[in-house]
Amino acid sequence: MTEHPDHLWRTPEPRRSYEVVIVGAGCHGLATAYYLASRHGLTDVAVLERGWLGGGNATRNTTVIRSNYLWDESAAIYERSLQLWEGLEEELEYDLRFDQRGVLNLAHTLQDVRASVRRVEANRLNGIDAEWLGPDEVGELCPILDVSPDARHPVLGATLQRRGGIARHENVVWAYARAADRLGVDLVQDCEVLGVTVEGGRAVGVETTRGPIAAGAVALVAAGHSTVVAETAGVALPLQSHPLQALVSELYEPVLDQVVMSNAVHVYVSQAHKGELVMGAGIDPYLSYAQRGSFHVIEQQLAAALELFPVFSSASVLRTWAGIVDVSPDASPILGATPVDGLWVNCGWGTGGFKATPGSGLAFAHTVAHGEPHELARPFSLERFTTGALVDEHGAAAVAH
Amino acid sequence: MLLVPCPWCGDRAEVEFSYGGEAAVAYPADPDALSDEDWGRYLFRRANPRGAFRERWVHTHGCRRWFELERDTTTHRIAR
Repeated sequence: MTEHPDHLWRTPEPRRSYEVVIVGAGCHGLATAYYLASRHGLTDVAVLERGWLGGGNATRNTTVIRSNYLWDESAAIYERSLQLWEGLEEELEYDLRFDQRGVLNLAHTLQDVRASVRRVEANRLNGIDAEWLGPDEVGELCPILDVSPDARHPVLGATLQRRGGIARHENVVWAYARAADRLGVDLVQDCEVLGVTVEGGRAVGVETTRGPIAAGAVALVAAGHSTVVAETAGVALPLQSHPLQALVSELYEPVLDQVVMSNAVHVYVSQAHKGELVMGAGIDPYLSYAQRGSFHVIEQQLAAALELFPVFSSASVLRTWAGIVDVSPDASPILGATPVDGLWVNCGWGTGGFKATPGSGLAFAHTVAHGEPHELARPFSLERFTTGALVDEHGAAAVAH
Repeated sequence: MLLVPCPWCGDRAEVEFSYGGEAAVAYPADPDALSDEDWGRYLFRRANPRGAFRERWVHTHGCRRWFELERDTTTHRIAR
């Protein structure tokens, strides 16, 4: 058995005042805290978490990492994130099980093919590795995938990002938490933020279940609960909270070496190091904060998965679960200022936030530390829902990813 | 799966329906008079409450009629 350390971080009592208070200890909140401390020397920072570290979407996602987004703005932040992933185990001195096993995005229709080839070219122009594979090449790379022409969902080809892959999400949470804690950040669990305190148009702190805490800046990183907290400061965020479901199978011998995604049939699957098949579905259509969805969504996803991977018909589902994702109108995040001075938001990552953890934390920490948006964050301002300058990623990333 | 009460057909399985989001979002009475802020609000801002929520559904694979109901977003319980 591996020797476990006693503690990876302290369990401090919250102080009555901090320079920066981060609301939410998921991947993005913890990464923000780490980069505030490590890149900007800001250590008078608390991360307030209503549950436990990484108890929400941080450890409910399917751990897919890639940067093959269509638009320049998205490509920039996701690729920066991927570059950070590539050095993160060394930087945080922690095994993240980061594994660049390659991500295949399948094309099932002529329109899929056109959009995929376009995305490959767009990625290359942005310096991101991307390849287009024909059906035979896809079948060679992934032999258990049914690439026969008479398949229910014929595979007409696929894009491949070899640098894409997976990481173990718990390790990512623990690594950022330990690193932030070592630099002096207070990680306060079981401390729900009930509201943001605004005085004279400026955020001056938060009300919590453990009393009021003053803050020079409030950084809101609350995923599915972002609108609820922002509303207490009078800020209306254009987000809708939906359940997003995923499942794992029992453990099997290695059968799948890559991450395989199919936007058209809402399936994305990889095999974790331990051996379980990890699959994600599309969002449930209705608004929810219940961390569960309807079972037919799982059924439909598995029906498609079985057509793509006939060998899965002998696999058993071990468990299913859901997270509450904050979906924005253009499937892109919201990162930056709000109409309330001193209140910053990092939200709207919707169905695809895990891969962005390092880039999001880096850009948001800079934004909060300098009081103005990091270059990577600028296109993702809240203002774009007034100006109309959307970053419409539905084409490349509309389904859960 | 939710059991959705269609006012005309009775309780039916959720798969027969499509979701329509927040109820009673009116098209702006005088669109030409709207500021960019107001247009943005109309296009992109929808209520996202924890708790009771008035929402629209359409019985796509049934009578195809639209209706409203109130559902709790923390429990999924539909008010009767």
